[in-house]
Amino acid sequence: MANIANKKAICDLLLEKAKTDKDIVVLCSDSRGSASLAPFFEEFPQQSVETGIAEQDLVGISAGLAKCGKKPFAASPASFITTRSYEQCKVDVAYSNTNVTLIGISGGVSYGALGMSHHSAQDIAAMAAIPGMRVYFPSDHFQTTKLMEALLKDEKPSYVRVGRNAVPEIYSEDNCTFEIDKANILSEGKDVAIIACGEMVYEALEAAKALKEEGILATVVDMYCLKPLDEDTIIKVTKDVKAVITIEEHSPYGGLGSMVSQVVGENNPKLVVNMSLPDAPVITGTSSEVFDYYGLNKEGIVKKVKEIIK
Amino acid sequence: MGELEKLAYDLRKDTVDMIVSGKAGHIGGDMSVMEILVELYFDQMNISPENKDDPNRDLFVLSKGHSVESYYSVLAKKGFFDIKEAIDTFSKFGSKYIGHPNNKIPGIEMNSGSLGHGLPVGVGMALASKMDNRKNRVYVVMGDGELAEGSVWEGAMSASQYKLDNLCAVVDRNRLQISGTTEEVMGQDDLHDRFRSFGWNVIDVEDGNSIEQLKMAFDKAKSVVGKPTVLIANTVKGKGSSVMENNVSWHHHVPTEEEYSQIIKDFQIRKEVF
Ligand SMILES: Cc1ncc(C[n+]2csc(CCOP(=O)(O)OP(=O)(O)O)c2C)c(N)n1
Ligand SMILES: [Mg+2]
Repeated sequence: MANIANKKAICDLLLEKAKTDKDIVVLCSDSRGSASLAPFFEEFPQQSVETGIAEQDLVGISAGLAKCGKKPFAASPASFITTRSYEQCKVDVAYSNTNVTLIGISGGVSYGALGMSHHSAQDIAAMAAIPGMRVYFPSDHFQTTKLMEALLKDEKPSYVRVGRNAVPEIYSEDNCTFEIDKANILSEGKDVAIIACGEMVYEALEAAKALKEEGILATVVDMYCLKPLDEDTIIKVTKDVKAVITIEEHSPYGGLGSMVSQVVGENNPKLVVNMSLPDAPVITGTSSEVFDYYGLNKEGIVKKVKEIIK
Repeated sequence: MGELEKLAYDLRKDTVDMIVSGKAGHIGGDMSVMEILVELYFDQMNISPENKDDPNRDLFVLSKGHSVESYYSVLAKKGFFDIKEAIDTFSKFGSKYIGHPNNKIPGIEMNSGSLGHGLPVGVGMALASKMDNRKNRVYVVMGDGELAEGSVWEGAMSASQYKLDNLCAVVDRNRLQISGTTEEVMGQDDLHDRFRSFGWNVIDVEDGNSIEQLKMAFDKAKSVVGKPTVLIANTVKGKGSSVMENNVSWHHHVPTEEEYSQIIKDFQIRKEVF
C-alpha cells in the first residue's frame, strides 16, 4: 500500500516545474488545503491565485490567464469545479480552447458522509459531453505524475479527477508505461475484459488475480483517458473475450460503461456489464464502505464475472 | 431570562457529542451559528413538528449547510426527532443523518451543502408567499466565506427587485473560512455597504452570539416594509471554548479526548454566567 495521494503527486510535480516555468499558475477556491496545494501557495505566492469560495470565478479567471500565455491549474472539489462551473468549463475553457487544466479533487464519493452535494458521480458525463474537453481519471500517483507532465507540454483544455485518499500503487518508478490518450493493458486473458478507471483499476487487477486462481483469465485495462477515448484498445481487447465488464466510481449514465458499450456495440457486439454507483444518492459511509456496499471491489467483480461466464 | 442562552450551551454539547460520535463535522461554524439558530427556532419562527406541513409556517434554509450538526441539535430539541438517534448514528454507515442538511429528515426544508444556493431558494420561497398572500417569513443563514459565490448576489438583487420584506438573511460573520481569515482570502470589510447598495436593509448585530441582540435585530427586521433585511451577525468561530475560538484549524476538527473534556468544562462555565 502506497501512501502518496494522486493530488499530492500533482502538487509535487507543480512545485518542481514552477521553479523554472514562471507561467505555471495554481488557482484554488478556498480549497488549497484539501487539494494538498498549500505548499505551492507558500513557495510560489506570485504564481498562486486564491478566488475564495467562487468556483465560476476560478474557472473564468483561469481561462483569462491562459488566453494571456499562462498555464493555469485550477484545483477545487470535483463536484464544484465541474457542475458549479460547468458553463465556464464549456464556454471559457473548451469552446474558447484555452490551456486550462481543471483538477477535480476529492472526486467520486471521496467525501463519504457529506452526501450528494459533495459527490461527483456525473463528472465524466458532464465533462466528456463538452466538445474539446479531455477527461482523465489517473489510477495511481506514478501515472498521475506522467499525465501531468504530458499535460504541461500541450496547450489544450483538460479535466483531471483525483480522489481524496492515497491509493495503492499499480505502477512503479521504472515501470509506468505512459502514452497520452493510450490506455494501458495491465494483463491479458482470453475470457473476460475488465475495463476500469481511477481507483477501480486496482480492484480490477486484484479481481483478475483471484479469477486466475479459479481458471478464469481476464484482460485488465487502465482506461485513465476517458476522452479522447482509446477506442483502438477497447476494440482490440474486447474482440475475442466472452464478455466485458466496466467498473467506475461514477453514475451509471454517461460514464466509462456507456462509452465502452457504445464502442463494443458498434465493433464487437457482445455482453457488456457496467458496474458503477447507483442512479441515486449513495448510502452514507466512507468511500470504502460505499464501494463495498455496491460491490465496487475485487469481490464484487469476481462475483459478477462468475455470474456471466459460466 | 437566560434560558435560551443556557439552551445554546446545552445544544453545543449535543453538537460536540455528535461530532465525536461520528468522527466528523464542521465544528467551528456549528459553534458560531448556535445562538442564531436558537433565537430563530425558539423565539422567532412559527415552526414546530405540529405545523411542519402548514403552508403558513415560517421557512428556514441553512445555506451554510456544513453547520448541520448544530442544526440537528436544534431540530431535535424542537421535537422533530430523537437527539440520541442523531448523535449515535451521525455520519456513520447507513445513517440518514449525513454531513449536510437533507429533507428526508423531518424539519429540514431544503438540501444544501454546496455553498451559495440558499439565498436564491429563499427568494423563491418569499416570492411564493407574496403571490399567495401568506404572512409567513423566510430565513436564510449564510457563512461569510460563502458570500464570495456570485449566486448569493444574484439572489440579493432579486430579493430587492421584488421588495421581499418577508425575507431575512443572516450572515454568520465569524471572519474565518477554510484557508484563513475572510479578509485574507476574499475581503469583505465593506459588507454592510455591499448589501445596502443592493437595496437591502442592513442590521449590524455587534455580538452575533448574544441572544438579546439577535432578538432585537430579528424583531426590528419584521417591521421593515418594502425591502429584504440582512443581519450581519458578528460571531466567534468555535464560540464556547478557548480551545476552538477564532482558530482556523477548527473549521472541521474532531476533538481529542483531552480537548473534549476541556471544551465541556468551558461550556459549563460559560453557561453558569447566565
Ligand atoms: C460551492 C462550495 N464550494 C466549496 C465548498 C467547501 N466548503 C465547505 S465549508 C467552506 C468554508 C465556508 O466558510 P464560511 O462560509 O465562512 O462558513 P463558516 O465560517 O461559518 O464555517 C468551504 C469552502 C462548499 N461546501 N460548497
Ligand atoms: Mg466564516
